[in-house]
Amino acid sequence: MKMELIQPFINAADAVLAQGLQSPMSIGNLSMEQEAYRRKGVAALVALTGDIEGRIVFDLEPEAAVRVASRFAGTELPESDDLVRETVCELANQVTGNAVTSLNDQGFHFRVHPPIVHTSEHGPTSTEDTEALVICFETGIGNVFMNIALRYNVQRAGEMAAAAGE
Amino acid sequence: MEQFASLKRSKDGQPVRYLVVDDSVFARKNLARIVETFGGQVAGEAGDGMTAITEYERTNPDIVLMDITMPQMEGIEAAEKIVGQHPEARIVMVSSVGYQENIVAALQRGARHFVQKPVKPEVLYEVIKYVLGDDGAVANAAGAGA
Repeated sequence: MKMELIQPFINAADAVLAQGLQSPMSIGNLSMEQEAYRRKGVAALVALTGDIEGRIVFDLEPEAAVRVASRFAGTELPESDDLVRETVCELANQVTGNAVTSLNDQGFHFRVHPPIVHTSEHGPTSTEDTEALVICFETGIGNVFMNIALRYNVQRAGEMAAAAGE
Repeated sequence: MEQFASLKRSKDGQPVRYLVVDDSVFARKNLARIVETFGGQVAGEAGDGMTAITEYERTNPDIVLMDITMPQMEGIEAAEKIVGQHPEARIVMVSSVGYQENIVAALQRGARHFVQKPVKPEVLYEVIKYVLGDDGAVANAAGAGA
């Protein structure tokens, strides 16, 4: 997976988290996921289709999810509250939206699908052309994991190249 | 959260009434909190474009804050349908996807403005003032609603 696809997501997560949390954060571990994705806590998945396709999973440890949701909501939320899951979904939505806006400016066209709560313990295994990158954002109130698996849509790229050659 | 000078309807000094449309409950609550700091009132909420159309008919709001990516019917299509029936409708698109095509499509189909998420309250405040135009007034500056 090329860095040109990843960097907009890192920038967007940095901006969205910093604004929402109003506290400093840093990028911790960055790793390629070889095994099937294993959920860590409260997770939301956003699917992308178009010139680049794949999915982004935002995953927060349960306690971190409650604290992040409470900070975003401006009020303390109980752990069971649906708003915790809602917040993680909206966080995923905002980061993905901001990132694809940046990628669109570079000429890539997408459709962003509404975020869904990711409830299964495991996700799809990485493949040769859809390897997943996991980035850990260390915030003052817990870790936020962003798992990105994207690939160029070869068929779309071929169509575009053919159209350009006509 | 920062408080803003109240925005009122200039015709009767009453609070500006908002319809908040977003499939995320969290996003709706967040927007509701923000518009309340503007002195506004949430007249209704909807979680998809279809419901937004019926809620518009029911509440007749001064401003619609409309997300784009939603299930069943997306925000741009809902905006077009609302403006088709109510050309006076003031719809502000609020979306995390802020690329040019989306903005142009929304404006072409009748939206008045676009604000990208995460929403900065001070940006939304200025956009709403602009969209209201002469139909809105800052209460303590213009004396409206006093």
